[in-house]
Amino acid sequence: MAVTPQRRSQDKRTFRTDAWWIQPAVVAVVFTAFVVYATFRTFENNYYSAPIHLSDLYQAGQVGDLLSPLYSPLIPIDWKIWGYHVSPAILILVFPLSFRLTCYYYRKAYYRSYFLTPPACAVRGLGGSAYTGERKFPFILQNLHRFTWYFAAIFIVILAIDVIRSMMYHGGGWGVSVGTLVLLLNVILLGAYTFGCHSCRHFCGGCVNSFSKHKGLYGLWRKVTYLNERHQLFAWSSLVWVSLTDLYVRTVTSGAIADHVFFRF
Amino acid sequence: MTQTVTLHVFRGDSNGGEFREYKVKTAPGMVVLDAIHQIQKEQDGTLACRWNCKAAKCGSCSAEINGHPGLMCKTRIEALPTEKPVVVQPVKTFPIIKDLVTDVSWNYEIAKTIAPLKLKDEGSTEPLRMQQEDVDRVQEFRKCIECFLCQDVCHILRDRHRKDIFYGPRQMVRIAALAMHPLDASERRPFIKDQAGVLACNITKCCTEVCPEHIKITDNAIIPLKERVADLYFDPIRALIRKVKR
Ligand code: SF4
Ligand code: SF4
Ligand code: FES
Ligand code: FES
Repeated sequence: MAVTPQRRSQDKRTFRTDAWWIQPAVVAVVFTAFVVYATFRTFENNYYSAPIHLSDLYQAGQVGDLLSPLYSPLIPIDWKIWGYHVSPAILILVFPLSFRLTCYYYRKAYYRSYFLTPPACAVRGLGGSAYTGERKFPFILQNLHRFTWYFAAIFIVILAIDVIRSMMYHGGGWGVSVGTLVLLLNVILLGAYTFGCHSCRHFCGGCVNSFSKHKGLYGLWRKVTYLNERHQLFAWSSLVWVSLTDLYVRTVTSGAIADHVFFRF
Repeated sequence: MTQTVTLHVFRGDSNGGEFREYKVKTAPGMVVLDAIHQIQKEQDGTLACRWNCKAAKCGSCSAEINGHPGLMCKTRIEALPTEKPVVVQPVKTFPIIKDLVTDVSWNYEIAKTIAPLKLKDEGSTEPLRMQQEDVDRVQEFRKCIECFLCQDVCHILRDRHRKDIFYGPRQMVRIAALAMHPLDASERRPFIKDQAGVLACNITKCCTEVCPEHIKITDNAIIPLKERVADLYFDPIRALIRKVKR
């Protein structure tokens, strides 16, 4: 039963006079742009990896394997549905997607920007007293965020291996290229995002009451807390950089530019 | 330099009311509460407001200034755009008693339903010792001045009037201070989930935005409580481990 207090006669959506709508609008635009780009790339099913789309440079043994993070880990299955080759990116999409969708920070962002519940503080949003928050289906599923974290942590390891593979040259030896650095920054930003997760913070000490009895956990908790306090920053920077990393890999593997090699050893 | 600022102040009670216009001379460093006091002193002694410390520490003077929930004694006039009138009204979530004064007693009523600290070894005469690392986390929650601005801005209480499903951010801070207390031995999670209703919060962080004590309500109180609730209700792996351990 909803309890309705006595209200003022001057009740309107908001009395705020500042541009409160800018922030949710910017979030909606950037997020939508990412979704459009990632969807296009997922279904493009092309230009994501050097070994499949051999460039002249690659054949000459001058580049390592560059793999787009949207396609990593690359599952070597070639399924055809109604004549359409299923993109390997679709097979792994569920992991990063569910992780970001249930992330506490992104929840705030899209509840505000897409669901308008509320769009900004002290601004009346959509829906009335029928609101149930995260108590009922479907939003009760948000409480399973920790399970998506387990997979996200495994993905960090996989993406770190991708950085190493980009340095292993087919002609023999090792080398560091622009692509290596792009992949490296990608895994650093994603790692900072993943290990600053609230569920991770809970596992790494948040769940205990007495830190003096769990000194090791306390140290870990403080480190995770450092990342957690910057979670929004890493959420956005990793999202943007994943897209730019993919764009770079696409540009190289489509043959538009060569992956500049800094040095070899 | 003395200037004049126009204020539109809500006058009325729970049956309704209106905004009345007042012009007030400004002085350097003046806050909204000063302007209200000046109106009371020089123009209209019947204007009601609640205040106590004028130092942002008692939590009495909560109001909405140009639509923003805030303390009147902490909001400087010079920080507001003065081309337009400054709109001052009572907090929206609670019933108006008169003008800027609201009845916030609901907060005290529900606070009574939160179980106090339960020590593991009740009856022991040993002195209680706390280590600094144990204090760090819960100390933040002790900064609360009970201004109830977070309760005011929370859309669940403010716009959806669902005090029946959610205790509100201030009470989440209180519960977190108890639940994370190193000496507390209570199992609070069923209460946190069902009665206090932590799952109703959609972590949109407005409470954190308005808290004058800069308590990170959502990140440090509500989300950790949600995670503790998840341990018990949404984690079959942990449930299995608990069963095996038993
Ligand atoms: S974060 Fe939760 S408690 Fe805080 S204002 Fe938003 S819905 Fe209310
Ligand atoms: S948590 Fe902050 S906003 Fe809420 S009542 Fe306490 S001091 Fe006020
Ligand atoms: S990834 Fe953002 S909270 Fe878990
Ligand atoms: S008068 Fe005490 S907080 Fe404003």
